[in-house]
Amino acid sequence: MKIAFQLNGQACEHEVSGMTRLLDLLREECLATGAKEGCGEGECGACTVMIDDRAVCACLVPAIQVAGAEVTTVEGLASTEGLHAIQQAFIDHGAAQCGICTPGFLLMAASMCASSEPVEAGDVREALAGNLCRCTGYQKIVEAVVEVVVNDKA
Amino acid sequence: MTIGQGIRRADGHSKVTGATLYIDDIQQEHCLHGATVRSKVAHARILSIEKSPDFDWTDITLLTAKDIPGENLVYLMTRDQPALADEWIRHVEEPVALVAAPTRERALEAAKHVIVNIEEKDALLDMELAEHSDIRIFGEDNLFKKIEINRGDTESVAHGRIIEGTYTTGHHEQLYIEPQGMMAIPQEEGGLCIVGSMQCPYYIIKGISELLGAGFEDPDQLQIIQAATGGGFGGKEEYPSMLAAHCALLAVATGAAVKIVYRRDEDLRATTKRHPSRTRIRTRVDDDGRLLSVDVDMLVDGGAYNTLTPVVLSRGVLHATGPYRCENVRILGKAVATHSPPNGAFRGFGAPQAQWASERHMDRIARELGIDPVELRIRNLVEEGDRTATGQRLVSPGGKTVLQAALQAVSDLEDEVRPEHPGGGGVVARRAKGRGLSLVFHGCGFTGNGEARLKGKLAMSLENGKVCIYTGSTEIGQGTDTIFPQIAAEELGIELSLVHMAPHDTELVPDSGPTVASRTAMVVGGVCQKAAKALRTALQEELGLDAPFASLMAMRESKQMLRVEAQYVDDGSLQWDDQTYQGDAYPTYGWSCSIVDLSVDLDTGEVVYERFISATDVGKALNPVLASGQIEGGSLQALGWATSEEVVLNEQGGMENDRLTNYIIPTSLDAPEMHTILVEIPYDGGPFGAKGIGEIPMDGPAAAVAQAIEQATGVVLDDLPMTPERILVAMDERGVS
Amino acid sequence: MTKPEGSYASVGVHTAYDLEQALDFRAQYPEARVLAGGTDLMVEMDLGHIPQSVLNIWPIGELRGIRERPDGLWIGALTTHRELVESLLAEAWAPALIESCRTVGAVQIQNRGTLGGNIANASPAGDTLPVLLALDADVEVASAARGVRSVPMEYLYRGYRAMNIEPDELIIGVRLPEPHSADQTHYRKVGTRLAQAISKVVFGGRVRIVDGVVVESRVAFGSVAATPIRCRGVEEALLGRAVDPQVARLVADDIAPIDDIRSTSGYRGRVAENILRSWLTSLLPAQEEDV
Repeated sequence: MKIAFQLNGQACEHEVSGMTRLLDLLREECLATGAKEGCGEGECGACTVMIDDRAVCACLVPAIQVAGAEVTTVEGLASTEGLHAIQQAFIDHGAAQCGICTPGFLLMAASMCASSEPVEAGDVREALAGNLCRCTGYQKIVEAVVEVVVNDKA
Repeated sequence: MTIGQGIRRADGHSKVTGATLYIDDIQQEHCLHGATVRSKVAHARILSIEKSPDFDWTDITLLTAKDIPGENLVYLMTRDQPALADEWIRHVEEPVALVAAPTRERALEAAKHVIVNIEEKDALLDMELAEHSDIRIFGEDNLFKKIEINRGDTESVAHGRIIEGTYTTGHHEQLYIEPQGMMAIPQEEGGLCIVGSMQCPYYIIKGISELLGAGFEDPDQLQIIQAATGGGFGGKEEYPSMLAAHCALLAVATGAAVKIVYRRDEDLRATTKRHPSRTRIRTRVDDDGRLLSVDVDMLVDGGAYNTLTPVVLSRGVLHATGPYRCENVRILGKAVATHSPPNGAFRGFGAPQAQWASERHMDRIARELGIDPVELRIRNLVEEGDRTATGQRLVSPGGKTVLQAALQAVSDLEDEVRPEHPGGGGVVARRAKGRGLSLVFHGCGFTGNGEARLKGKLAMSLENGKVCIYTGSTEIGQGTDTIFPQIAAEELGIELSLVHMAPHDTELVPDSGPTVASRTAMVVGGVCQKAAKALRTALQEELGLDAPFASLMAMRESKQMLRVEAQYVDDGSLQWDDQTYQGDAYPTYGWSCSIVDLSVDLDTGEVVYERFISATDVGKALNPVLASGQIEGGSLQALGWATSEEVVLNEQGGMENDRLTNYIIPTSLDAPEMHTILVEIPYDGGPFGAKGIGEIPMDGPAAAVAQAIEQATGVVLDDLPMTPERILVAMDERGVS
Repeated sequence: MTKPEGSYASVGVHTAYDLEQALDFRAQYPEARVLAGGTDLMVEMDLGHIPQSVLNIWPIGELRGIRERPDGLWIGALTTHRELVESLLAEAWAPALIESCRTVGAVQIQNRGTLGGNIANASPAGDTLPVLLALDADVEVASAARGVRSVPMEYLYRGYRAMNIEPDELIIGVRLPEPHSADQTHYRKVGTRLAQAISKVVFGGRVRIVDGVVVESRVAFGSVAATPIRCRGVEEALLGRAVDPQVARLVADDIAPIDDIRSTSGYRGRVAENILRSWLTSLLPAQEEDV
């Protein structure tokens, strides 16, 4: 079955069979390897992408369900003007170490930026709890997200 | 001036844009996918291996031990571990056969359809029974290693009060977020290129050099390239050699590139874990709690094969007394074999297990004598000139400094309004607060003669106005690829932007030794600084001018690459005897104090972390952002080990909770706010004073948590992990609720 | 690549774009697994349980929405947990339900997981289920042949992962009665960690206290029996008198917790009693803290 959707602002069309995962469509067909497979069971969030500005685990989304939707991956966060504020904040705060979880966190934070729901500093840890990191202890990740999602957005 | 600056990491832009390529991101044309057939039982004799008739095998390659062209061996320290089980299965999940298929799904399906006919045997799974068991796994007595350390004469101490305790720790999983993966690519000229997630490219060459037989006698036939690696923590120190062996065997057999990337559940079940431990400590103390004699009996479970277990035991026994002074010490350490999946390296490498015990024992002494646990530690803490259990004289020990720094931080933060941590149950929840402290030390670099034997190398070049660094030390998130350019730029007096790292490709870089043991910044960084000096000298000689490197570099017209190599050279200042385990065990030690604030839910036994303070002597923080990042990450791993990370074993000794939904690491909500204090007591043997820092964050937090739980509820727990189930039972037994 | 020979790729997919179509498919293909947000089904598939075919109902707009009706608050089956968390209307009607939605996995799961899916998955550990029991929710199901009917939540589960609905029926929504001003509700989940966790014990409770006397009581737990359950003995014991926290001891007679990979029956039993007692204690008028 052919599905048409927007990927990082570009229209695209792909042949999708059965319950093929969105994660595999992105990584293998679209060659957008930024979303990673850390667990395949929706626990680690390394595969987080946005569908219509909502953060989801791509390993749990059947690709057929993104027909007509806007999908955003880490490859689509930067614009011609430069990096997304959260990408810059991650660099500035040292929030990435091995980097494998980084794209997932960036998409989660980007979805918080895109949402009209207000976010307070005290809410950030709960909001990020669907993204596991083993390197950083989360400290610098939380600092970067608070800076962008709470302070800059305010 | 870059040293001491929180320079943004070199690979930061690439990592935040998704440009960094990990092994599973790397596209390779005509690549097959491999999968592993593994034993479902702990101990058995293999009778035969067959293909199930219910599967279409047309595009599948199947390999067993008899198909191995060379020696069926993955080598690290001993010649005991096969790439594929031959006649005997010695642990559950042991690799028995390999399949290659055009897709990963086909390969995994094919693996399920390989029939392994076995004769099951009794398995030895209890490490306490290993040494005297009739069941032989390794050598005569299932002992991978036994170490005795003696100082003074514990037998002669007959006065003082006897305090005894037993402390245990279970398996602990590294849980790098990127599962293990490797790819082997046959080269046109013969030979193999192996790319993958790893910490030690040169270990792979040593590991599989005999495996592939004809055409691979020369180690140069193997080119190992480290792909960007999504976390290691020791879990990718030696296991990648096994995975490389499997990919290599399939690549040689099929003539095609073969990739194996583990699903998470296979990674959890089959790869190495932290060694479980049981430590008995018996001390005599005077009325003030001062240690008169210390007697330690430490046992660790190595699993079915040696891997690097003797070195884990070594580090364990060398940290068994904690950072405390005692004239009479006897330490007996044993590492035994059981029919379980081999255990391996994980941050700390024996020292966390040892200091869980030693710190809990200090708390036991404090409790039984009615002395404040912090005061007790101060009374026993080593000072300048004190000697360790191996007789090493300590220079500038930082225990007191980090303790004072941590206590000062607590005092400074006393008015900090801490956000009300949800922790479930809202205002209805009944919670008791507690605070705990621990004090640890950690030997930096390899033990004793390790570095002298290794003679790690690093090369540096100048070409077209750019300096390049060539090292087998890898970037695994800790910042190698950022701090080495900082060291070089600082030493040469040039712009950081002019210094680059060569890819960690064995065809390009020399063997700097493995990326382990808190040695990369301190030892290899030192060789890097040495290489920079050599490069400067070489350039000065080339141009016949004695001038600063920056101006010479600008002057240089030659298009030729100028390249130098430096090597670690033992300066003879350390004296170590491997037979008697006496002397200078480590070049220097790091020191760390942890203070944790938590609350215990009296209804559920849940521990909620509220704040974590650490003060760590790092010698010199080459890059404070990277240094504090390492400490924060390691500390949270230790907090997870303390209260939620349990490997649940099934009847075969394997990991039952092989899904991330059931192996519980902390989320951002579980993690406390962390305040990280970097203390600098420079070590003149490290570049710009730097010590190793990678592992020490794992050593202290768990014991601080135990002390805090005790303060909050009165319950005493001496076994890890301290799960809510165990805490609730202990509270009920104590009548707390 | 995405070729048809892999098992995910070979699953048959029927997609319904409106309710009528969905019900026709349901009648025609009763064996097809219903696919909403996929957060449960995709995990099952990762564990190796690949269905022959699925009925994809994700596009159906009429199954979404939260609105007041004369008979109560209607929540469409495809309403996601996150939509509930963000709904001021739902928060006003059922704060305990919203709290439970906040604890389903994490945000990524909440953005795809639906209330109907949480109900249909029929896990004994489902986070919203004890709250729905405590609130006397009705589950609306529909079939092409017989139209719409209402199943009170307390009669929905007949056994482990088994519902009292027909193979040709589809859950279309949930109706919550209007809250009473004297009602106090509570939600508590004890999981394997503070977020992204499966519950070890999960609780939904409601009491209506009039003139100091309990006139209505609901005590519901998940993860302590084969299905989410109401503790009838405890509810009975609470009625007709002032709140008595000691009644929590009786919960042991109503639950049947087990040992499993996450926890023990002993722990679950103790925790169920403790969190119930603490809630009841919090309802006592002006009493002393006993921490």
